[in-house]
Amino acid sequence: MHLTSLTIDAARSAVQERTTSASAWAESHYARIASEDAKIGAYLALSNERALEQAARIDALAEKGETLPPLGGVPVAIKDVMVTRGLRTTAGSKILENYIPPYDCTAVARLEAAGAVILGKLNCDEFAMGSSNENSAYRPVHNPRDLERVPGGSSGGSAAAVAAGMAVATLGSDTGGSIRQPASFCGVVGLKPTYGRVSRYGLIAFASSLDHIGPLTRTVKDAALMLRTIAGRDPMDSTSADIPVPDYVAELKKDVRGLRIGVPKECFGEGLDSEVRASVEAAIQKLAGLGCEVIPVSLPHSQYAIPAYYIVATAEASANLARFDGVRYGFRSPEARTLSDLYRKTRDGGFGAEVKRRIMLGTYALSAGYYDAYYLKAQRVRTLLTRDYEEAFQKVDALVTPASPTAAFKLGEKSDDPLAMYLADIYTVTANLAGIPGISVPGAPTKSGLPIGVQILGKHFDEATILRLAQACE
Amino acid sequence: MKVTDKDVAYVADLANLELTEEERPRMLRDLNAILGYVDLLDELDTKDVAPMAQVSDRFGVDPNKAGSARFAYARRDDIPEGLRKSLAPETVLKGAPETDGTFFEVPKVIEK
Repeated sequence: MHLTSLTIDAARSAVQERTTSASAWAESHYARIASEDAKIGAYLALSNERALEQAARIDALAEKGETLPPLGGVPVAIKDVMVTRGLRTTAGSKILENYIPPYDCTAVARLEAAGAVILGKLNCDEFAMGSSNENSAYRPVHNPRDLERVPGGSSGGSAAAVAAGMAVATLGSDTGGSIRQPASFCGVVGLKPTYGRVSRYGLIAFASSLDHIGPLTRTVKDAALMLRTIAGRDPMDSTSADIPVPDYVAELKKDVRGLRIGVPKECFGEGLDSEVRASVEAAIQKLAGLGCEVIPVSLPHSQYAIPAYYIVATAEASANLARFDGVRYGFRSPEARTLSDLYRKTRDGGFGAEVKRRIMLGTYALSAGYYDAYYLKAQRVRTLLTRDYEEAFQKVDALVTPASPTAAFKLGEKSDDPLAMYLADIYTVTANLAGIPGISVPGAPTKSGLPIGVQILGKHFDEATILRLAQACE
Repeated sequence: MKVTDKDVAYVADLANLELTEEERPRMLRDLNAILGYVDLLDELDTKDVAPMAQVSDRFGVDPNKAGSARFAYARRDDIPEGLRKSLAPETVLKGAPETDGTFFEVPKVIEK
């Protein structure tokens, strides 16, 4: 089977039935990474030793004829914002160039406990700040569907690795669309769960009230399998919800007939590419044909989402990134002579331009005299944006929108204009502000063959419904 | 122009950033462009709207309880010996840029 179309069940079954082995899956993926990744740039580090040890454990189980765990022998990879014990974790930043974490992120540990084989760490925008993966301090990622184009961001490596057959599934993080937008650009499935559904313990924090971990996969069923594995209460993350985790895979068998899907008119206005519009409308038609009721709805505050988001996100980032000071771990500037000099020179030399811009914006928004005008104002608008969803979900079970206003743009096209880059997140940021789940599933591509993502948003903790609808769109 | 050169220097100071001579004009330009866009929020009358700091402010909060007990989502059972044993000092110090084996080392704070 070709690695670009391998699914979780197919990979696991082949190991279970011993038509191949977990070790062979890992080796064939490493061979593919060796031949493909020079031109794509999805991986920042490979974890061969850890992968082959885990694969050997799974192979031993298979040889004994034991039933493999749900991800037994499945090669996966992790966005480099999640810490991995003994394995360099950079967050795409020079400031963590030599950081070897002493513990594992809960989501990573849960994947391994379910039998997954961790191939390595994936490239991303520095500290997950970006929409094109051009903000990685190491190298940009190229979109496997068209190497002149960006894979999206910030989980660009996570999306590209799945699209290019270099991992069966990956973990990404989503603070304003960083799973869903790259999934849409690379033609894969990307799921941002509800806030609190998946533990963030071990996720290097960007904006704590907006950060989420979620899977990128080739099929909706794989996304359901990954979510079922990583979801649920974790005593190490007090924001993780103590709410039972449904069997998302079993839930997929339910019919979508009778579900009410809302189409927010604000998401189909100015700035939306006509081919993206046509693709999303076709998906809505398909759902209607399957018996869903299509209902026009309004999210009246949509135009305020980007400005509110960029104030809240940067304010939180400026606080979270204060910890990078060159004292306890990571890069330290060798030029510093005093302690205050040490902080400044370390941060100046360690952070890239976009990270500095966001720290500056967030610090400004929180500073005396501006706090009420910017930060508090944005928090109040956050309430209005959340109410928009609450009102829409009185009438419908899910919303269908584009994931991004355009298909993948070219490298360099927006990298000099931060505001233009921020506007690429227009359809995704509100789900983070409100904490609702969202999934991007590939719709019909553009005439030139570029992928387009259809976004489905759901009620809090109702991932099961958006997964079902997404599967119906596949 | 909302943000001035002086503001950039002041905020950089608050954020423990230096910013080079080349970085400052670019930062000034970008901050003004972004904050100009943020002004859109002024169109909204929000004086009667409560600020929202956390999604959990709206979910998992028990309105019948007072104080921190309201925040059901953040509760956990106490474990007498602590949630988990701390990492060993040598494990943590392994990541330190400079250490004497017991402490993190930094440049001298008090000059003679």
